[in-house]
Amino acid sequence: MAEKMAMAKAINESLRRALEADPKVLVMGEDVGKLGGVFRVTDGLQKDFGDSRIIDTPLAESGIVGAAIGLALRGYRPVVEIQFDGFVFPAYDQIVTQLAKMHARSLGKVKMPVVVRIPYGGGIGAVEHHSESPEALFAHVAGLKVVSPSNASDAYWMMQQAIQSDDPVIYFEPKRRYWDKAEVDSEAIPAPLHKAQVVREGTDLTLAAYGPMVKLCQEVAAAAAEEGKSLEVLDLRSVSPLDFDVIQTSVEKTRRLVVVHEAPVFFGSGGEIAARITERCFYHLEAPVLRVGGYHAPYPPARLEEEYLPDLDRVLDAVDRSLAY
Amino acid sequence: MTVDSSAARKRSAAGKAGTTGSKAGSAGTESGATGASAKRTTSTTRAPRAARAGAKKGAEPELVQLLTPEGKRVKNAEYDSYVAGITPEDLRGLYRDMVLTRRFDAEATALQRQGELGLWASLLGQEAAQIGSGRATRADDYVFPTYREHGVAWCRGVDPTNLLGMFRGVNNGGWDPNSNNFHLYTIVIGSQTLHATGYAMGVAKDGADSAVIAYFGDGASSQGDVAESFTFSAVYNAPVVFFCQNNQWAISEPTEKQTRVPLYQRAQGYGFPGVRVDGNDVLACLAVTRWALERARNGEGPTLVEAFTYRMGAHTTSDDPSRYRGDEERQAWEAKDPILRLRRHLEASNHADEGFFEELEAESEALGKRVREAVRAMPDPDHFAIFENVYADGHALVDEERAQFAAYQASFADAEGGH
Ligand SMILES: Cc1ncc(C[n+]2csc(CCOP(=O)(O)OP(=O)(O)O)c2C)c(N)n1
Repeated sequence: MAEKMAMAKAINESLRRALEADPKVLVMGEDVGKLGGVFRVTDGLQKDFGDSRIIDTPLAESGIVGAAIGLALRGYRPVVEIQFDGFVFPAYDQIVTQLAKMHARSLGKVKMPVVVRIPYGGGIGAVEHHSESPEALFAHVAGLKVVSPSNASDAYWMMQQAIQSDDPVIYFEPKRRYWDKAEVDSEAIPAPLHKAQVVREGTDLTLAAYGPMVKLCQEVAAAAAEEGKSLEVLDLRSVSPLDFDVIQTSVEKTRRLVVVHEAPVFFGSGGEIAARITERCFYHLEAPVLRVGGYHAPYPPARLEEEYLPDLDRVLDAVDRSLAY
Repeated sequence: MTVDSSAARKRSAAGKAGTTGSKAGSAGTESGATGASAKRTTSTTRAPRAARAGAKKGAEPELVQLLTPEGKRVKNAEYDSYVAGITPEDLRGLYRDMVLTRRFDAEATALQRQGELGLWASLLGQEAAQIGSGRATRADDYVFPTYREHGVAWCRGVDPTNLLGMFRGVNNGGWDPNSNNFHLYTIVIGSQTLHATGYAMGVAKDGADSAVIAYFGDGASSQGDVAESFTFSAVYNAPVVFFCQNNQWAISEPTEKQTRVPLYQRAQGYGFPGVRVDGNDVLACLAVTRWALERARNGEGPTLVEAFTYRMGAHTTSDDPSRYRGDEERQAWEAKDPILRLRRHLEASNHADEGFFEELEAESEALGKRVREAVRAMPDPDHFAIFENVYADGHALVDEERAQFAAYQASFADAEGGH
């Protein structure tokens, strides 16, 4: 059954399906009940599943994740919502020191099927702490899986898969794409959760992105095509694990790679991709792997975010620099 | 006011425990305590019994109230002395503060609707809590606000137009916290209560007799940081007042989603007094905060004040309260409007004439106009501001990125020049 819907709605439908399928699935967070979350991602769920499954929590992120860990120990599958990227840090301790390590510490006896949903990224003109991209901070931690859909269909299916996963999944939702619509087929056979996808084929250069930057890269590729350049665009979908095979195959063809993300470039996921692809594809590369992302500066106030965020021009500029080698 | 005597005894015992603990704390942490800090812990209290609003079984605990919603002055044996010297002029001053703060707030809301601000967090309904507590502070006290303390900022002498920069999106702060001892707004819920506690620990170490006040909401009271700030301030007997504005809502969540006991009673478990004040009664807020600040100055440690009030508007301009609450509730609280209440009192006691209200109306208009013009004239920040103040000492990577950014920007200028 295919239907066109916005990403926020697709996640909502996906949660609904998971809640229906498994009574152990719970949704927890601030304002997720009556309000349906500040982005309405959980809209209507409490009405249909009750307040013992759609749980409005006290305003305490450490409490939300810590309690989710306990519920998981008891056999539940909590999906917790962190209201905005910048507010995950009170929970960071629980995520890093507990959630990530429980499986290893218990010698595999304990599973942690917890999904932590985090609306992330900028471009919506918000105030401080509402626009950050902290994915590298999570990908760096062994024991956590980190994913980020770029469109409604993936958002739908990746949520199903994240909930079914016995590992903790940090599920980054690109908030500026919440209202973008796409066809969602609830009977499709989805790609595996951690598999990267080629979303546009090309021969001159590979653009690799995930989450909010995939759409931008598709626009870049379209613009470059008008100048006669053929760019391949990859939607990485998963930041940890990262699907290096798909990137390698693409780079062996195009011989050039530009990685694009909103997060600061320094110590970001682009650095990891650049290093690994350099190892894997050293003799294929015609240019160093370039990265486009945020600066080593706090996320700026809204009136400067256009300067801070990668945009069409900045990515095209990197494309030109790569092609100039 | 009736006070449940057993609760009163318990709380005064807790108050004592707090003071004793403080001596141990300051001796243990700062062996070279200065004379002044020694004075802090030995001075005897002028403050009333630590017993505060009594908790009646099955009913909402009583509020400290000095002005009824009808504007009638009621006696209060414990707190009257804290507003004993108040003159009609002072009362008019409090009224003026509240009216101008409300006007400023309304203007900011309108500016958001007109697209001049990205967001606004209105304080509508909370004017008395903020003006009463803000006016209780001394110039050398230090204030740690959340993101909604526009009335407190007003009392601290922060130009209201400075508050709008972060909501317009031109900066992440907008004022020098040290010029008015008014810290920057903190958006991460509850974080600032720990900063206030640490600052207060420093004040005590320095032997100063200033006090610190930290603002937070009923929702924020659930955060671990707030619990930790209570622990630290009690253990170190820090001169800090925790001022919780319980406006009944944390976005869509009512206070019941944060606590099962009245918030002010939490203090007891940490060993310091808590009191619930009518947050729509500016006089009571002034008196109770003065009392709590005085305790801090006298070396008696922290106090929790719960100002029981109401958020009359939306949480912020991007919130839609109709999804989670009905109008009846707001209407009930409108009857307790803090501004109306003081106006009734001023009129009934002939403390203000028509001329006063007319002048104030004109002043409000002028303030609204000034705010509007200032916001519209507020320039966008220079692009290079991204790289400013990232570090105090500089950083090679920031320098490099700034240079790359400059070259990139210049490439557009060149391209344009070439057309
Ligand atoms: C750590 C953290 N989590 C979530 C948020 C999002 N948020 C902003 S205000 C708010 C409600 C706060 O309610 P309360 O503390 O009662 O203060 P009020 O806004 O009602 O004055 C929430 C959940 C935040 N700012 N910080």
